[in-house]
Amino acid sequence: MIELKQLTKQYGKAGRMTTALSGLNLSIEKGEIFGVIGHSGAGKSTLIRCMNLLERPTSGEVWVGGVNLTSLGKKQLQAERRKIGMIFQHFNLLSSATVYDNIAFPLRLIKTSKADIERKVSELLNLVGLAEHRDKYPSQLSGGQKQRVGIARALASDPEVLLCDEATSALDPQTTDSILRLLLDINKKFNLTIVLITHEMHVIQSICDRVAVIHQGGIVEQGPVTEVFLKPKHEVTREFIRQEMDNGDALRLALQGQDGSSSQAVQITFLGSKTYESILSHTVHETGVNFAILQGTISTIKETPYGQLIVRFEGSKGAIEDTIRRLLDQGLDVEVIH
Amino acid sequence: MLGLDFSQVDWNEIGTATLDTLRMLGASALFSFIIGLPIGVLLYMAARSTSGFVRFGYSILSFIVNILRSVPFIILIVAMIPITKSIVGVSYGVLGTIPPLVVGAAPFFARLVETALNEVDKGVIEAAHAMGSSTSQIVWRVLLPEARPGLLAGMTITIVTLVSYTAMSGQVGGGGLGDLAIKYGYYRYETEIMILAVVLMIVLVQLLQMAGDRLVRHFTRK
Ligand SMILES: Nc1ncnc2c1ncn2[C@@H]1O[C@H](COP(=O)(O)OP(=O)(O)O)[C@@H](O)[C@H]1O
Ligand SMILES: [Mg+2]
Repeated sequence: MIELKQLTKQYGKAGRMTTALSGLNLSIEKGEIFGVIGHSGAGKSTLIRCMNLLERPTSGEVWVGGVNLTSLGKKQLQAERRKIGMIFQHFNLLSSATVYDNIAFPLRLIKTSKADIERKVSELLNLVGLAEHRDKYPSQLSGGQKQRVGIARALASDPEVLLCDEATSALDPQTTDSILRLLLDINKKFNLTIVLITHEMHVIQSICDRVAVIHQGGIVEQGPVTEVFLKPKHEVTREFIRQEMDNGDALRLALQGQDGSSSQAVQITFLGSKTYESILSHTVHETGVNFAILQGTISTIKETPYGQLIVRFEGSKGAIEDTIRRLLDQGLDVEVIH
Repeated sequence: MLGLDFSQVDWNEIGTATLDTLRMLGASALFSFIIGLPIGVLLYMAARSTSGFVRFGYSILSFIVNILRSVPFIILIVAMIPITKSIVGVSYGVLGTIPPLVVGAAPFFARLVETALNEVDKGVIEAAHAMGSSTSQIVWRVLLPEARPGLLAGMTITIVTLVSYTAMSGQVGGGGLGDLAIKYGYYRYETEIMILAVVLMIVLVQLLQMAGDRLVRHFTRK
C-alpha cells in the first residue's frame, strides 16, 4: 500500500544541513496497522509527512496505492492526497468552524452536494460518537473529542490510508486508550491501512500489527509486534520495552542471588492460547526440577495474549537441560539469561 | 456656560458636514478594504513562497507598501492632485478626497491583513494541504475565515484612522466635519461649531470602535 524507496530528507542549506532521513526503505501492507516508534528527533514526523508529501523528500520515491507521489504535478498530488487521511497531535481543526463544518471540509473541497454532505457527516458523527456535539466549536470540546473530530474529518473522503502523527501524545491515558480503540474499530470496519507514529511502546503494543523502530533517520529494526516486542534485537528497541516494563532493578537483585551449577535463570515466553496453559508446572513435575519466579508479566499485544516469566530452575544440570528442551518442544520460547 | 452660545449654530451646515464625512468614510473604507485585502493576502503568500523570485517580489511589494505608509497624508493629498483629477475628474470636494484617502489607507490595511493572516495556526493550514486543498481553497476556506477576528479588528483600526484622515482633507476643501471645525474654529473663532464638530467626530470614532469590538468578539471562537 505504501512503499518508501531510498528516502532521504535533509533540512537547511548546504553547510548547515540536518539529515532527518537517510536512505530509508519501508513497505506497508494494505489493511495493516503499522507503527513507527522512535525517540524525539529520530525523524518520525518527517517520515510520516513524506508519505503525503507535506514534506518533499530530498531524494527517493514515495509510492502510495501504486502511485508514485514524487512524480506528480500539483493538481494530481492534490487529488491523491484526498485518498490519504491524516490526524495530528494538536488536532489542527478550524477554530472558526463547527464540528459539522470541520468534518464537511474535505467534502466541500470536491463540491459534494448538500444532501450527500449531510448524510456522510451524520454517519461519521455517529461513528465517532459526537452526534450531539455537531454544532459546537472546537474550543468547546475536550482533547479526546477534538481528536474524534479529526478522525471523522480524515475519514470523510473515504481514504485508503490514515496517517497518525503522534495522535494520542497530547491526551491522558484513558482518552488515549479510547482513541486507540476507535482506530482499531475503523481499521477492521473499513480495512483501512493505518500508519501511526509514536514515542510510546504502549501505543504500539495496543493496536499495531507490525512495528518499525526508527533511530537517527534510519530503521534499525522491524517486524511483527509480537516478535519485536518479545525478542528485541536493537538496543533502542530494548530501551523502549524496558521503559514499558519498568522493573529492571528488582530483577537485577533477584538474579544476584545464589548461583551455581545447580541453578539456572531463564526467560520463558508464552504466546497466544499457551499463555493460559499449565505447561510449566507439568514439565517440572515430570523432570523433578524446582523453580522460583523472579518476575512475571501477562498482558496482550494487540489482541494476542502473552506471558513472560523469568524463573530460576534448581536441580541437577541434566534435569534443568531436560526441562528447557521439553519447554521448547511444547512451543514456548526459552532464553537462558544467567 | 463658558460663554458659549449654541443658538447661532447653523444645524443644516452641521448636518451636511456629518453626511459628507460619512460619505468620505464609507467610500474610502470600502475601496481600501477591496484593494488592501488582496494585497495583504499577496504579501502573506509571497513571504512564504519557496521560489526565490517570488520572495524577491515580496520585498519589492513590501517596500512600496512601507513608502506609501510613511508619506504624511497631507503630502499625499497634494502630490496626488493630478492622479486624483484623472480618476474622479476633480481634486476637491468629497469626491476629490477619496483617492488620496484610499491610497493612504489601503497599504495600512494590507499590513494589518498580513499580520492577521500570520496569526493563523500553521497546523490548520497544513491539515488543509493534507486534505488536498488548492491554494485558492486555502485562502478562501482556511486563511480568511480563521483570521476573521483579526481582519475585523484591522478594519476597525483602518476606519478610525480614516476618520482623522478625513479631518485633514479639509485642506483641499474636502468638506466634512474636520473641514467645518477648522473653517469656523480656526479661521473665524466660532468656537461653538468647532466644539460640535469635534464632539461629533469623537462620537463617531466611539461608535465605530464599539461596533468593531463587538464584531470581533462575536467571531472569536478561541
Ligand atoms: N522544518 C525543519 N527544519 C529544519 N530541521 C528540521 C525540520 N523539521 C525537522 N527537523 C530536524 O529533523 C530531525 C527529525 O525531526 P522530526 O522528524 O520532527 O523528529 P521526530 O518527529 O521523531 O521528533 C530533527 O533533528 C529536527 O531538528
Ligand atoms: Mg514529531
